[in-house]
Amino acid sequence: MSRQPYVRPVSKTTWYMRNGRYRKYMLREVTCLLVGVYCFLTIWALAALAAGADTWNGFLASQQNTVMVVFHAFALVYFLIYQAFDWFKLAPKAMPVQLGEKKLPDRYIIIAHYVAWAFVSLFVFWLTGVI
Amino acid sequence: MSMRQMELEVMRYDPEQDDEPHFQSYSVPCEDDWAILDALNYVKENIDTTLAYRWSCHMMVCGSCGMMVNGEPSLTCKTFIRDLPDKVRIEPLENFPIERDLVVVLDDVMEKLRMAKPFIIRHDEPPPEDQEYTQSRAALYKFKQYTMCVNCMCCYAACPQYALDSSFIGPAVLALAHRYNIDSRDQGKSERLDLLADHDGVWECSFVGACSEVCPKSVDPAAAVQQMKIDGAKEWWKQKLGGGKS
Ligand code: SF4
Ligand code: SF4
Ligand code: FES
Repeated sequence: MSRQPYVRPVSKTTWYMRNGRYRKYMLREVTCLLVGVYCFLTIWALAALAAGADTWNGFLASQQNTVMVVFHAFALVYFLIYQAFDWFKLAPKAMPVQLGEKKLPDRYIIIAHYVAWAFVSLFVFWLTGVI
Repeated sequence: MSMRQMELEVMRYDPEQDDEPHFQSYSVPCEDDWAILDALNYVKENIDTTLAYRWSCHMMVCGSCGMMVNGEPSLTCKTFIRDLPDKVRIEPLENFPIERDLVVVLDDVMEKLRMAKPFIIRHDEPPPEDQEYTQSRAALYKFKQYTMCVNCMCCYAACPQYALDSSFIGPAVLALAHRYNIDSRDQGKSERLDLLADHDGVWECSFVGACSEVCPKSVDPAAAVQQMKIDGAKEWWKQKLGGGKS
């Protein structure tokens, strides 16, 4: 008897359409594009800041149009849903806490992350004079 | 007991005849409490003796009956027809080559299992002849969940990373390696980390958790992989800062 295993082809371009789980995976992976754009914006902002007040104000002005506002809003929501919420939800898996023979319930670890996030945000707001 | 007529669309592949797989339909009178595996056994016994598939225990222990049921990696002995529509599509586990019909080639993961060194490694003296390595219950609970794995490979069929690149070591093997790494009796962690923290190891995993969602034994391999990433990173820093291995 001869062996002749059949390898099912995997499309390099549309493989993730196979099921909902893979589509979700891709939605998460493409956040890297937003991260890329954000890195670019940050470097641009720093360069503008270093170049002096005029350039800096020019940079700020360039961000104050509908396209950029929509982009920032979209990026924020996308990051929140696909990175922050998802990550916090998964945190207890990456960092399980066992006290004696019992596992600390996941929700405590998740809540701790949200609390830490709130504190860091408040600190940043305080630092930047928002509050 | 009431009966239900089910239509099974089964993927067939005969390496001696076929160039590629095709689907064959069987109409099966199923009893209410049947699992998909019972329906396949009915086909084999009454309709078509040439159908090839693996199974052994019919009780979620041997791990050999994993297949795609309506696109979902499943142990067919615990996938009940009462939870499924009248028409069910059954395929061999995805991401593996097909040997024949519903039987897949598992050589790749078998080789990887060996690489993970799934046994207790000791560097100290062994305990005296009449004694054992003792372990507290708390220490056992740290890894007990990972010992439930039955090597059904449903997690590999679900993993998008493995689908794209089969050099990725993959969920169940990583979970098994982690199981030994966090066993209080084991001292082989650094040996396994060297192997598993490289580019085909844990860093390939993007933590979407498809593996854990489909695991019929609630092993949660995604959790193991993430914990190994943290361990791997810690080890890396230790080596950078301390100049040696722990
Ligand atoms: S969490 Fe990692 S190992 Fe599990 S399915 Fe996703 S990529 Fe694969
Ligand atoms: S981790 Fe779960 S899905 Fe993966 S081989 Fe083990 S029992 Fe099967
Ligand atoms: S037949 Fe053994 S796990 Fe299903």
